[in-house]
Amino acid sequence: MSTATATAPRSPAPGRPPATADRRRRFLPRVGHWFVTPYVVFLLVVFAYPLLYNLWISFHRFYFTAPGAHVPSRWVGFANYRDVFADPVVRKSFVNIGIFLVINVPLTVVLALVLAAALNAKLPFRGFFRAAFYLPYVTASVALVAVWSFLFGSDGLVDKVLGPLAPDPSWLVNSTWAMPVLAFFVTWKQLGFFVMLYLAALQNVSGELYDAASVDGADTLRTFLSVTVPGVRPATTVVTVFAIITGSNLFTEPYLLTGGGGPADASVSPVLVMYQKGIEQAHPDFAAALGVVLVVLVVALSLIARRFTEKGD
Amino acid sequence: MFRRTALALVALGLVAATSSCARSGPDPAVADTSRGPITVWLSDNAQEIGWGNAMVADWNRQHPDQKVTARQIPAGKTSEEAESASIIAGNSACLVFNGSPASVPQFQQQAGLVALNTFPGAAAYIKARTGARAAQYESADGEFYQMPWKTNPVMILYNKKIFAKAGIDPDHPDLTTYARFVAASKKIVSSGAAPSAIWPSPASDFFQPWYDYYPAFIAQSHGQPLVKDGKPQFDSPAGRAAMDFWNTLYRDKLAPQEAYPGDAMAEGRTAMATVGPWAIAAYQGKVDWGVMPVPTQNGMPADQVHTFSDEKSVDMFTACKNRLTAWDVLKFATSEQQDGKLLSATGQMPMRTNLLGTYASWFARNAGYRPFADAASRTVEVPDVAGSIDMWQEFRDDYSRSVIFGKQSPDAALHEASVKISKILAEY
Repeated sequence: MSTATATAPRSPAPGRPPATADRRRRFLPRVGHWFVTPYVVFLLVVFAYPLLYNLWISFHRFYFTAPGAHVPSRWVGFANYRDVFADPVVRKSFVNIGIFLVINVPLTVVLALVLAAALNAKLPFRGFFRAAFYLPYVTASVALVAVWSFLFGSDGLVDKVLGPLAPDPSWLVNSTWAMPVLAFFVTWKQLGFFVMLYLAALQNVSGELYDAASVDGADTLRTFLSVTVPGVRPATTVVTVFAIITGSNLFTEPYLLTGGGGPADASVSPVLVMYQKGIEQAHPDFAAALGVVLVVLVVALSLIARRFTEKGD
Repeated sequence: MFRRTALALVALGLVAATSSCARSGPDPAVADTSRGPITVWLSDNAQEIGWGNAMVADWNRQHPDQKVTARQIPAGKTSEEAESASIIAGNSACLVFNGSPASVPQFQQQAGLVALNTFPGAAAYIKARTGARAAQYESADGEFYQMPWKTNPVMILYNKKIFAKAGIDPDHPDLTTYARFVAASKKIVSSGAAPSAIWPSPASDFFQPWYDYYPAFIAQSHGQPLVKDGKPQFDSPAGRAAMDFWNTLYRDKLAPQEAYPGDAMAEGRTAMATVGPWAIAAYQGKVDWGVMPVPTQNGMPADQVHTFSDEKSVDMFTACKNRLTAWDVLKFATSEQQDGKLLSATGQMPMRTNLLGTYASWFARNAGYRPFADAASRTVEVPDVAGSIDMWQEFRDDYSRSVIFGKQSPDAALHEASVKISKILAEY
């Protein structure tokens, strides 16, 4: 019966003139367009236009000038891209980001999922723990960086606890350890956000699956691996892609925590180089080309990660 | 419907693109001869804001028809970034009282600065006020795009209590040579008087050499700039000696490689700092300080030691619509009377000849500032060359890698920096 009601052909409501129904029929689809238009405009103005303008800049000799100053922007083909790839600091920055992502992304996915599963269970002080994990995410990086500087400084708490096991030179000025410390810092800072994503995803995993696993005699680890992990796979894709995007855009941490990508470029990142070249040294053309390379890399990594995390679906 | 929406959006995009291409600034012919209200920007230094507000109030009392509004430079990582962004947006103030000479070539390239020579008598006024040092602020095209305003000659400020604790005479430390400076630094650290002898920022910012290597190089080379006549000057015995001096301090762990998350001098974590007279007010009541010139390899009398100026200029921006008023305000703000008020309020040295004679009574009451005033006449500026920031960043990268972090021999890094900087200068 209900099916018949739902598929019944539309007819003018009793007592309503047919013209009104026609107007309504024409108006309703338009409402959707009007609702979506502000966001489309936002996307065009804030993302599409700057992205295309950036692409245009990357193929020209370009610098920003005052209004009214007419300076021709010469077409230079791939010259800016050649400069980008020829720059040893840029190459180093991509290696650094590679190290960062190798540590940060798996650590983020594993820790966020484990913590979310734990916080999804009936724990005492669950609300407190959820807030505690989320707190670093909403705290300003600058404040957290100061705390980590004290912790990982040569006479900081970490070195005091480790004693003779502490590295020399200390963490933040050590070429080997600077990038891993940044990766751990960002993992810790962002974790609360990713835990929230997983917590939301966990609400959609059917309780019947856990019951079935229990009946089959699965222990906690087996249940986690066979029910929870596949159950939140779409969230894992989102977490992985988000972690890749935020990690590739690393700026504040090397700028503040390791004194601008130190020691000797050991923690320099592509966005930090973009800032130095584009803003400080007024070479927006070079920075634009580097930006395009970074976008391509992030998209490629995200697609690979998506394929990997959605494997078997 | 969807097609119509898409067309409307494309039209909107075209309008936006057209309007952004059709940006226009004030007509120079009109602006250069116009008077009226203007805005000036000040740095965020509390003493400078106090002076700036008082100066503007003085002006407004005398010129009610040409009202001046003072504001702080918009927030940014550096004031130069905010100024550059305002040039591009076309909303700069008429005058900015915090211009870095290193940024002038870049602002010139952006067509953001007014050549002050546009105004009758401007060049003569600048030269008369600043003396021979004015030549360092003249651009390659012979124009003044900045008014040299105030200087903070870089010297070594030291903590007398730490010196005394380390067994160094706090009133006559006599650290004029590199050997004596290093020996005293070792005493400070080994005695436990302070964890470090000196703690300049090891960060990679392009401007950091101005507070470690550059003053040492200027002193050792008897006043050479980093680049002269388009050629780097530092790949020389003087440059290598200054490099070796700093490398010794880092190598012997007398200067830390890490950035201190606070003020190491104020918190007693280090005994010395390379600063200008601004620091006296900043450390008032926190540090019992003394001051001495930057050391040299074999030592030289204090009255012969050159140093880095750490000067700030006043820039006039092309977004200004009432430039005649701006020029008059600029002269008013750099008059003998206002310079005296600036000195009194901030302790920073106006870029004026014969400071000690002109403000003799003030220096008699504030004797601690006399060494800075004396050094002000022997200051050296950053070279006014196109590609200035690129050049300093390149230098800093090579310096950090070798001197601070020991990844390369300092001599090799110095030579490499010289070759790369020559290439940068040739490209512009």
